[in-house]
Amino acid sequence: MDSTGIAQRRTELDRIRARRILKARAWLLSPALLLIFCFLILPLCIIVVYSFLTPGTYGGVVWDFSLESYIQFLFERDFFDDTLAFSPAYLQIYFRSFVQALVTTIVCFLIGFPTAYYIATLPERKKYMWVLLITVPYWINLLIRTIAMLFLIRNEGPLNYALISIGAIDEPIKIAYTNFGVGLGLIYTYLPFMVLPLYAAIERFDFRLVEASYDLYANQWTILRKIILPLVGPGIVAGCLLVFIPSLGSFIAPDLLGGGKKLMIGNLIALQFQGSRNWPFGSAAAVILMTMVLCALMVYIRQQSKSRIPLH
Amino acid sequence: MKKTLTISAFLLGLVFLTSPASAEGKLNIYNWFDYLPQELIDKFSAEHDVEVTMDTYDSNESLLAKLKSGVTGYDVAVPGDYMVQILIEEGMLEQVNASEFENFGNMDPDWVDVYFDPGRLYSVPYQWGTTGFMVDTEVYGGEIDTLEIIFNPPAELQGKINMLKDVNDVLNAGLRYLGLDRCNENPEDLKKLNDLLTNAKQHWLSFNSDGAKEVLVSGDAAAGQIWNGFGMRARAEKASLKYAYPKEGFTGWMDNIVALKGGPNLENAKKFMNFMLDPENAAMLTNFARYTAGVSGTEPFLDDDLKTAHETNLPASAPTPDFVPPCNDKVVKLYDRIWTNLLK
Repeated sequence: MDSTGIAQRRTELDRIRARRILKARAWLLSPALLLIFCFLILPLCIIVVYSFLTPGTYGGVVWDFSLESYIQFLFERDFFDDTLAFSPAYLQIYFRSFVQALVTTIVCFLIGFPTAYYIATLPERKKYMWVLLITVPYWINLLIRTIAMLFLIRNEGPLNYALISIGAIDEPIKIAYTNFGVGLGLIYTYLPFMVLPLYAAIERFDFRLVEASYDLYANQWTILRKIILPLVGPGIVAGCLLVFIPSLGSFIAPDLLGGGKKLMIGNLIALQFQGSRNWPFGSAAAVILMTMVLCALMVYIRQQSKSRIPLH
Repeated sequence: MKKTLTISAFLLGLVFLTSPASAEGKLNIYNWFDYLPQELIDKFSAEHDVEVTMDTYDSNESLLAKLKSGVTGYDVAVPGDYMVQILIEEGMLEQVNASEFENFGNMDPDWVDVYFDPGRLYSVPYQWGTTGFMVDTEVYGGEIDTLEIIFNPPAELQGKINMLKDVNDVLNAGLRYLGLDRCNENPEDLKKLNDLLTNAKQHWLSFNSDGAKEVLVSGDAAAGQIWNGFGMRARAEKASLKYAYPKEGFTGWMDNIVALKGGPNLENAKKFMNFMLDPENAAMLTNFARYTAGVSGTEPFLDDDLKTAHETNLPASAPTPDFVPPCNDKVVKLYDRIWTNLLK
């Protein structure tokens, strides 16, 4: 056998090996893909299909094609003659939810960043204890945590009682059953989702880079902009997404802490499947929400890939 | 060989030893929250050797929504009057022929031929009561037997009112306040109702059913829609609460035990329905839930304070409780629209 023959055999073997590895990878991936298909893609398809159907009287759907759900989202039908009039009510719910989620994200970041920074700069052993402490609230069920929060902040609760008894206020501050109360609940619930990714990013950050920048006469602002943010950035983005997206769809906090009076998107959707018995509209509301989030993410990713400065 | 035999015998013995501990069967109850005392569950478990599990809901509509969404595995549920009729029409109930039950004779004759289940083919009474509201008389000392309290509240109560999270309880109260018919499909009337509710909402603190007692007891709300028995339990924790019988009218209702179609333990469901028709058991339930049983002969077992309680003894001046039958499809859809509009 001459040398070209050996080379050919080798490439053949390489190809077989590569194929085998690919195959193995596909097998390794298949359980996850199967799960995603069965429990994400398929249900999503059902939601999209349902959003174009007609509601049954006591829930469920009637298999008649209808755009009514999407019309209902923007217009209100008159009781008298069924004429359509533009109604921003549902848009307001979406806007309210976006603002609430945005504020939650910003406040979580403002609290979470210093916390994560502090933990990341601690000695190894203390670090782990702090990370553990951050996760402690998660050992308790979300519902119980939210109800506990309600007990703390309500008019006759310990917070107001303490403030009155030290003379700081005369009348109890109304926190429970307000938007502020809902925000408080959301921040409390999602803060760890901000702290943990930030901590992971900051912990990996090499502080010698900061020293080096100082040596090269960079000022603090430049260091923050050119060194810290680009390196910690992915952690910040991950934290913000992990807080923003679940806040947007949250439903326990508005229901309990807001008194169920001002709906957020999550409550609006839940209501359609319970009290209002309008599955198609609930599905449409979910589809609209998903589309909005997806669009925002896509715009973000596109801009990221455009503006990314190669580091190496 | 001998060793194997010994081991087999030992294992067999274990099986026999352990079997009495595991129950004969199971019973999965789907009930309103806070509506069945543990002691009664324990008593039923012990008498019939049945393992009982229970989940809860907070409105007839939630129950229907859950069942409609395909949730299965429950043997019995406790729907209100009109919901029994809807569930029968939707073919979701098992016909049990309560008249064949051993304890059927205990059923209060007034509650046998009810409109939602004549002759009791599908259901047996659980509790009946009224839906009114309570006012904290320390916060507001004026006249309370009027729906003005809810829809046009005095300054002391504004912003301190809790409403039940229940489309019919809220809308029917509004219709009574306006003097309009129930199950109303007249667009003009519904527009009035819609305006009344959206306008009154500014005075309301929250929509909450399972917290309806707590929100009054804690003082967060000084007035709130509530069912009479739940209200009596609220008063036990805060004496200044008083149950109102609004002169414009109020809802009367009866909750009933039904067997759900496709439930895995139909026989145990029937045993449970029969069990709850026993006066002593019905009284135990009444002493806990504080409404009124639909069973005769409970008096000797009832707590004394129940016999004179304001919440369960209608004053002579109060109007007759208004039992509202299920409305037609059109009305249900219109109500749902008003309800969604109100909550959004």
